[in-house]
Amino acid sequence: MLNKLQQLGAATIGTVQGLGRASLMLFGALWGRPRPVKSWPLYVKQFYVVGVLSLLIILVSGLFIGMVLALQGYTVLAKFGAEQMLGPLVALSLLRELGPVVTALLFAGRAGSALTAEIGLMKATEQLSSMEMMAVDPLRRIIAPRFWAGLICMPLLALIFNAVGILGGHLVGVDWLGVDGGGYWSAMQANVDFYDDVVNGIIKSTVFAFVVTVIALHKGFDAIPTSEGISQATTQTVVTASLAVLGFDFILTAVMFGG
Amino acid sequence: MVDIQNLTFRRGERVIYDNMSMQFSRGKVTAIMGPSGIGKTTLLRLIGGQLKPDSGSIMFDGDNIPMLKRHELYQARKKMSMLFQSGALFTEMSVFDNVAFPIREHTRLPEAIIRMMVLMKLEAVGLRGARDLMPSELSGGMARRAALARAIALDPQLIMYDEPFAGQDPISMGVIVRLIKSLNDALGMTSIVVSHDVTEVMSIADYVYIVAERKVIGHGTPAQLLEHESPLVQQFLQGQADGPVPFHFKAANYAQELMEIKG
Repeated sequence: MLNKLQQLGAATIGTVQGLGRASLMLFGALWGRPRPVKSWPLYVKQFYVVGVLSLLIILVSGLFIGMVLALQGYTVLAKFGAEQMLGPLVALSLLRELGPVVTALLFAGRAGSALTAEIGLMKATEQLSSMEMMAVDPLRRIIAPRFWAGLICMPLLALIFNAVGILGGHLVGVDWLGVDGGGYWSAMQANVDFYDDVVNGIIKSTVFAFVVTVIALHKGFDAIPTSEGISQATTQTVVTASLAVLGFDFILTAVMFGG
Repeated sequence: MVDIQNLTFRRGERVIYDNMSMQFSRGKVTAIMGPSGIGKTTLLRLIGGQLKPDSGSIMFDGDNIPMLKRHELYQARKKMSMLFQSGALFTEMSVFDNVAFPIREHTRLPEAIIRMMVLMKLEAVGLRGARDLMPSELSGGMARRAALARAIALDPQLIMYDEPFAGQDPISMGVIVRLIKSLNDALGMTSIVVSHDVTEVMSIADYVYIVAERKVIGHGTPAQLLEHESPLVQQFLQGQADGPVPFHFKAANYAQELMEIKG
């Protein structure tokens, strides 16, 4: 019993210390005078690596999730003769919930793990140390561009996910199952609110972007510089980031749509 | 150039250095030798300000490194340079860009001048022809030379070599030995070489510190050290397997332990 309690305490202290180190890292990376001319190419590269290279998986997943939603939704709606509500069903599920959450989970697996492994390996091969000895701050040179790339790309990816998902729903619902095309769009237009649904979805996905990116960067930066340490850190990134996304999703949903 | 006074450094419970003092004079090659695992690399990191000592001062060019503020430390680091054991080249850049990296970061020179500077540094280490290769395409010795070119890119006043000879074949070892000496003399740098390759170090060092058991056990010019009376120094210099530093890790009595094993 006492042992369990002790373990719980140790885990709590560890978590708080981790949060502290992550905040320090972020502060070090973002505090200070920006140098747009020198860092521009670095940012472009990270936007490409983090954002553009994640596009394929986002497009494919978005399409399929939209199609499945339409297929599942149709069977239930048809029982009540409410097929014309398929548009809002697909759009609202995607905008409010599935778009931000699934994008964040995919992003953690695709880009987050890559960030952790890359930074962990840089640490293990002393690249970060040698950069520091060359009087170049690795926080600002390595961490900052990746942080902004993650923070900005993920909400965009979520929007793309939503758009493709809605098209996928149209593909199945209208083109295959024969729901009226005009109805699909007009019902969606009547039932989706820009602020309540679209903006809230973007807020959600910005929060997730922050959480996933910071976890990925911190796990890499804090990794034990051995092959085992890096593999652990990569796994932890995916697990911790996914759980954090689900936790934050519940809180945000409760705040936004709960009452 | 670098003056270490009463340095104490602990890692957790373990004391790495206990009240140790050392001086490195300007324009000289000073070597630090000692058995593996006594924290020679740690010492370089202390001088570079990547680690903070528990007590003691590390003066570099008039600044006390452990007391510097963050931006002052970064200013001081512009005057020093370190060659890591692995080379630590940036894997996503070519050799040319690696050498150009510190110049591009710290100066606003036009690309033509950067190109000229980089080619001069690469010529000095004999890798001008390898400028377009990626670090993964280099052999271990070449990678270390490329890293050396990067380390001298901004003509630092102090350069620290972390095990520059480890894992090199005899030819590249000879090349690096010659490079360290000639760069030191030609550019008027101060060099600190951390190593346990006795012959190579003794051939180029102006002054040698031998560190073991958390402190300096002997120091002097190579000639003085060969005459040193301490048996520990002699064991190290001559590479004897057993002596004051025992061959066996601390263990229970051998015969007794064998007898206790029951079939």
